[in-house]
Amino acid sequence: MMPRHGRKNHLVNYVAPTSVEEAVELLSSAADSRVLAGATDWIPQLRAGRPEPELLVDLKRIPRLLEIGRDGDGTWTIGAAAPAAAVVANEGLRAAFPGLTEASSLIGSDQIQNRASLGGNLCNASPAADTVPSMIVNEGRAVFTSSGGTRVVPVAEVVTGPGSTSLQPGEFLVELLFDSPPARTGDAYLRFIPRTEMDIAVVGAAARISVDENGVCTAATIALGAVAPTVVRVPAAEEALVGSPINDDTLASVESAASEACNPIDDKRGTIAFRRQVAGVLAKRAVLLAAQRAQQRDGGQA
Amino acid sequence: MSRIQVTCTINGDETEFLCDPDQSLLDALRDELLLTGAKEGCGTGDCGACSIIFDGKLNCSCLIFAPEAEGRTITTVEGLAIGSELHPLQQCFLEGAALQCGVCTPGFLIAAKALLDENPDPTETEVRYGLAGNLCRCTGYDKIVSSVLEAASQLRESA
Repeated sequence: MMPRHGRKNHLVNYVAPTSVEEAVELLSSAADSRVLAGATDWIPQLRAGRPEPELLVDLKRIPRLLEIGRDGDGTWTIGAAAPAAAVVANEGLRAAFPGLTEASSLIGSDQIQNRASLGGNLCNASPAADTVPSMIVNEGRAVFTSSGGTRVVPVAEVVTGPGSTSLQPGEFLVELLFDSPPARTGDAYLRFIPRTEMDIAVVGAAARISVDENGVCTAATIALGAVAPTVVRVPAAEEALVGSPINDDTLASVESAASEACNPIDDKRGTIAFRRQVAGVLAKRAVLLAAQRAQQRDGGQA
Repeated sequence: MSRIQVTCTINGDETEFLCDPDQSLLDALRDELLLTGAKEGCGTGDCGACSIIFDGKLNCSCLIFAPEAEGRTITTVEGLAIGSELHPLQQCFLEGAALQCGVCTPGFLIAAKALLDENPDPTETEVRYGLAGNLCRCTGYDKIVSSVLEAASQLRESA
């Protein structure tokens, strides 16, 4: 039987380092290498004919890249290769970032949940990635490393366009960092797809809202996915919220500002007009849910 | 291209095989080990026909590179029956007419096994969500779901 993968014209090799240092060395040793975590998006691209690298560097044997935990300062770490199922199952993470947990739980089937990582969701750079808006509203930071050293960049600066990132050659994502949310702060993520499971976002909306003891919004971050080449923030909605209570008037401002901030495409999942409308509705609902969570966390720490 | 030697445990047996570095685990199971229960439907992780249990977790074997199996424990549909005695899931699928052409069935059986391993008493909704990563183009899903619920009930009684 002729194997389907027999079309390449160069040697390919597979390695599975067990430490970050070993991975850095392997990546700097090969001119054409590629790291993989869950590879749930990348393997289908390869099978569809995308050129293969010379070296496949599997990151899933590096314990640090699978860890999820919180340090003494309250900083949460999610290893770049930790599968979505592990993120969803982590109760501490769910308590601190329920919206990020929701976004993680929406990716694919159980089969995909057990493989796909948040690190891959970010570095794959799909405009419709579910977890990226949630990572951005929670001020996530990405830790990249290479033989040139380690750098920490805001998640919001990683994706530069569909399928493209600010990663440098030889660099890979080690982990994602999130500070524990301030008091009276909640987040939420809502997504629209044409069915209840197993589809790609037509629109995704993430919000993080802080309120004071009187219910007045003190901080707001709103990020929309799948409505532009990269995730878009909605500063006009954020400005409309801060200093005001969450009521019908402010929510109406959020809705119109979110619709306005979109730059969507027409495709089989939705028209431009539909995406704009849904973005407004989901942004409004995500703000409301995040604000309810913020109020329930009355002065308490997550 | 040099082939890679992989040692792992498949359906309880220590197993060695040779594979290409970029071969899918599905192709290795089928072409190297002749375990042809897992099927390729889509090859992109959408249909679940290639489902296996990989270190205790439900996975699509089309989305795993074969060398990743080194040291891992794998259950395929061939590991469900004990000799000629079918697993309760298999027996319930037969009795409940939960298959027609049968191409999706190994994937459904494995996904159902993974679901019941974690949740022995699922609701119908939980079964439907648990099997959302598996597609059937013949029967529709009602007979599959009711067969899984029946098997779950039998497994609980015999536990």
